[in-house]
Amino acid sequence: MTKQHANWSPYDNNGGSVVAIAGADYCVVAADTRMSTGYSILTRGYSKICKLADKSFMASSGFQADVKALQKHLSAKHLIYQHQHNKQMSCPAMAQLLSNTLYYKRFFPYYAFNVLGGLDNEGKGCVFTYDAVGSYERVGYSAQGSGSTLIMPFLDNQLKSPSPLLLPAVDAVTPLSEGEAIDLVKTVFASATERDIYTGDRLEIVVLNADGTRYEYMELRKD
Amino acid sequence: MFRNQYDTDVTTWSPAGRLFQVEYAMEAVKQGSAAIGLRSKSHVVLACVNKANSELSSHQKKIFKVDDHIGVAIAGLTADGRVLSRYMRSECINYNYTYESPLPVGRLVVQLADKAQVCTQRSWKRPYGVGLLVGGLDESGAHLYYNCPSGNYFEYQAFAIGSRSQAAKTYLERRFESFTDSTREDLIKDALIATRETLQGEKLRSSICTVAVMGVGEPFHILDQDTVQKLIDAFEIVGQDEGPAAEPDAAVPAEQAAAGEGAGADTGSAPETDVAPMDI
Repeated sequence: MTKQHANWSPYDNNGGSVVAIAGADYCVVAADTRMSTGYSILTRGYSKICKLADKSFMASSGFQADVKALQKHLSAKHLIYQHQHNKQMSCPAMAQLLSNTLYYKRFFPYYAFNVLGGLDNEGKGCVFTYDAVGSYERVGYSAQGSGSTLIMPFLDNQLKSPSPLLLPAVDAVTPLSEGEAIDLVKTVFASATERDIYTGDRLEIVVLNADGTRYEYMELRKD
Repeated sequence: MFRNQYDTDVTTWSPAGRLFQVEYAMEAVKQGSAAIGLRSKSHVVLACVNKANSELSSHQKKIFKVDDHIGVAIAGLTADGRVLSRYMRSECINYNYTYESPLPVGRLVVQLADKAQVCTQRSWKRPYGVGLLVGGLDESGAHLYYNCPSGNYFEYQAFAIGSRSQAAKTYLERRFESFTDSTREDLIKDALIATRETLQGEKLRSSICTVAVMGVGEPFHILDQDTVQKLIDAFEIVGQDEGPAAEPDAAVPAEQAAAGEGAGADTGSAPETDVAPMDI
């Protein structure tokens, strides 16, 4: 008597890749805008990036229905925080909140692979990378999603973040200029688009720095 | 006033058909410091008198942001007001979460009123001792409501609650017909003048009052002290005839000198007490 398996899954994977890179005084968060299901494309113009706070942007790949629910949940929590504290949440605070929110559903997870990017209280760029159940780490750069296996080794090669085990502790921040980081992101997505069928169409880039927030777009291959 | 026989708990009617505990709760509202609200077609202004207990303490917070499009001014037991504000904020957030649109003000005040009513019909509860002036904007325009501890609520063009609010109401009754088409600036000025009415001779300074505005395209926010002081100075010099003429014109030069000195002394001597420590 073999175990019965479900003929229906509550999850679907809408594909796509997300990347974030932290700089000394900036942060870049990027995601492609393709939304797929199976071998089909649902839309070429869907944003995976969500502004959670003035200095916290979350980009999520995976099941977009879960991503949307997660974004709404965090936005509501942030509003409560603002009412109570008369200020916006800092990026590290939001990072912890996201982790707790994900673990809350440990036994029916949000099928979301997240990358949180922003500026910390000192104005330095910060990037946090997550798994689906909330395990997270502050890093200098990260990639998640269907193209992450193609993107991450390349970022390692170019950015080589120092090990957090080193003594004395070294900043988890990459010595790249803002312009260089944006170019790197564009290069990386162009390459991932070539070989990952779920990545493509258009690239959305969010750049945070002391002057505020800026959006940039770049066309990617549509095949 | 011998009504002690039927006022022990809220679930006891008096022979005359009154619930004394509810009426006592409304009394608590009358004892609180004044809060005033006015609305035009496109804006709602809330103002209140903020008296600190002593020079060493901060003011009580009486105006709360509920959402970008709704604010509330309270009079009475401010602790009850704080709790109800938290409830209102929560309702707005939940509605927005479900419907991706702002909670209509009329819906919110009904929920608030129903919540107050519950406390008038449970023997283990007491009525909320706070009156709320809820101002907000939604698709049907600008609104101002008054929610009282009894669970009743009414919509107003302008209203005042708390101690010496009758003086403000008298001023507002005289002027309310012009409020619908009032400009934002005139509305704020009227709010400040009405606030001044409740002070009964005491000088109106931005350190003892709080003003909040919301309007079409303008999310709820509390005006900062400098802005309020400038507005007060502007109409104190110009608008003595517009005001109910409590002081004769001879007092105007004295007022101006006092205004200059008052502002200087306030900022110089006790900066901490003049600025509410937690301003939105």
